[in-house]
Amino acid sequence: MALEKITQVTGRGVFIPGDDIDTDRIIPARFMKCVTFDGLGEFAFADAKVAEKAAGRLHPLDDSRFNGATILLSGSNFGCGSSREHAPQALYRYGFRAIIAESFAEIFFGNSTTLGIPCVKMSKEDIANLAALIEKTPSIQVTVDLTESKVTTDDIDFAAEISMPGHAREPLMNGRWDSIADLVDGLEDVKSRVAAIPYLSGK
Amino acid sequence: MGKTLLEKVWEEHTVRTLPDGRTQLLIGTHLIHEVTSPQAFGMVRDLGLKVLYPNRTFATVDHIVPTDQRAEPFSDPLADAMVKELRKNCAETGVTFFDLPSGNQGIVHIVGPEQGITQPGTTIACGDSHTSTHGAFGAIAFGIGTSQVRDVLATQTMAIGKPKVRRINVDGKLSPGVYAKDVILHIIRHLGVNGGIGFAYEYGGSTFDSFTQEERMTVCNMSIEGGARVGYVNPDETTFEYLRGRPYSPKGAEWDAAVARWKAVASDKDATYEDIVNFKAEDILPTVTWGITPAQAIFIDEKIPDPKDLPEKDRDTAAEAIEHMKLPAGTPAAGIKIDVAFLGSCTNGRLSDLQEVAKHIRGRKVASHVKAIVVPGSQVVASIAEKMGLAEIFREAGFEWRGAGCSMCLGMNPDKLVGDQLCASSSNRNFKGRQGSPTGRTMLMSPLMVAAAALTGEISDARKVFGIQ
Repeated sequence: MALEKITQVTGRGVFIPGDDIDTDRIIPARFMKCVTFDGLGEFAFADAKVAEKAAGRLHPLDDSRFNGATILLSGSNFGCGSSREHAPQALYRYGFRAIIAESFAEIFFGNSTTLGIPCVKMSKEDIANLAALIEKTPSIQVTVDLTESKVTTDDIDFAAEISMPGHAREPLMNGRWDSIADLVDGLEDVKSRVAAIPYLSGK
Repeated sequence: MGKTLLEKVWEEHTVRTLPDGRTQLLIGTHLIHEVTSPQAFGMVRDLGLKVLYPNRTFATVDHIVPTDQRAEPFSDPLADAMVKELRKNCAETGVTFFDLPSGNQGIVHIVGPEQGITQPGTTIACGDSHTSTHGAFGAIAFGIGTSQVRDVLATQTMAIGKPKVRRINVDGKLSPGVYAKDVILHIIRHLGVNGGIGFAYEYGGSTFDSFTQEERMTVCNMSIEGGARVGYVNPDETTFEYLRGRPYSPKGAEWDAAVARWKAVASDKDATYEDIVNFKAEDILPTVTWGITPAQAIFIDEKIPDPKDLPEKDRDTAAEAIEHMKLPAGTPAAGIKIDVAFLGSCTNGRLSDLQEVAKHIRGRKVASHVKAIVVPGSQVVASIAEKMGLAEIFREAGFEWRGAGCSMCLGMNPDKLVGDQLCASSSNRNFKGRQGSPTGRTMLMSPLMVAAAALTGEISDARKVFGIQ
């Protein structure tokens, strides 16, 4: 299966502050009553937006200055909680093509990279600095470069190191981020393993 | 050098190493439900693949099914469509379906163990993060996304990196009125909601040795709330006794062979761990959460902390929690008024949970302003509880007795909080909006603490309410 080789993502950024942003927050459960993922994008952070409005504040995704952002910035343990793939599906359909955070919850990370969304770790300080640049100049172009393991902007003042485990980074760069083709390649080995395990072989 | 259970199970289920360095891991048992599987079946069809081993996938419906009006069609057409979709997918592919009319339907993490499908030394995956529950049997069990549900349907394998193993010991005897739920809330409070990222938690020590299977399930269930995708307990006689005679448990000579294998899969005495964390059972008291993450927990005799007294990294989330919960810093846990009491979920919806509460509430009444519901985790649990007279005890006390499902744990079915109602809940997540109302408030606690709150109308020390010494 030939997939796009994802070596870098460039676009406008938006900062959604906070640690431990869970997948219920990213896509509330009631929107999972669906048999396809189509149309989930408009519900990303649906309740968080309403809550911010009620508190007299504007959620970053409701702030027109950040319209069209394709790179999401956030805090630590992003995507914790429920394993729902609906969360990265909603973010992808909203338009996000890369996520920068201090750290990621494990299931969310795997779900996202399987969809071809790079999730890269950056230091809290660098995230704060980049968020401040975006706040000042929302039109700034942010580049997540997997080859160089760097985030840069078209503002020459900003460059920061990022990290991503090799087992996720290399498949993105090689266009093998959806593992189904590799798994299917191993089917003969699967069958022999099944035959060797008593509870599966029935022997 | 000795090996951990995780290493042994991983080795046996490794098909090969993938080009990206991850393991192509054989998933012996695949559990599915109505919410995260329909897209996966669709993807399998779109790729021209088929379900490779339909006899190794088991399905039920739990997230979306109403717990009051059980007759189909459901009043919510979307929910109705999802149940019918799963029924169709199972019929077409030959997957066993514990459907609503079967008498065996329930929350997937309760059905697996009670049917004897969950067994030691196996790998188990399910499109639900609380799959870690099955680790209580010495299985390596974890939650997966829908694309991986597709992978498991089509290849019985998935791509995954091997986790490190952290040993968590709890030693000693829990005080009366302190439960497995308090143990896991205490562990998460101390290790954090992200402390377990990259780890499998192996729970042990004398407290776990004396726990029942159901208590072990409560702890393993919430491993993911501490960031650990996998949590497990080494199998022992308690495990084998639980499994003996269940519908899918091995029988006759196969049983003896299976037990021998199960004994051998436990971690070796000289196994090495990435790290080891020790807790003392006697340090643990009845615990409640006060915020919006399961680590924001305090003992019943404590007060909600002031964010400025917390470590710097925890302050912003604490301030956000205080705003959402509308409970100022310094508020004592005991005395917080509740609106709803929810007893159920894959954490605490098993028979022993209902028995423990029923034993104490007989002859008492739910406070007049509280809506209290009991949701058995499965139809089997419900049926046994009804025969034992537990349902009657709950009803007489003013609880609603419902049909099996996830119910108010996650706001995908008609059981939801309204507005900013505050719920004393035996479930596993207190995230903003988790119980179906964006402004709803959740406090997590043990089933008996939920009952104490239901009767008094406020968060209360169950030991005082029920005279437990």
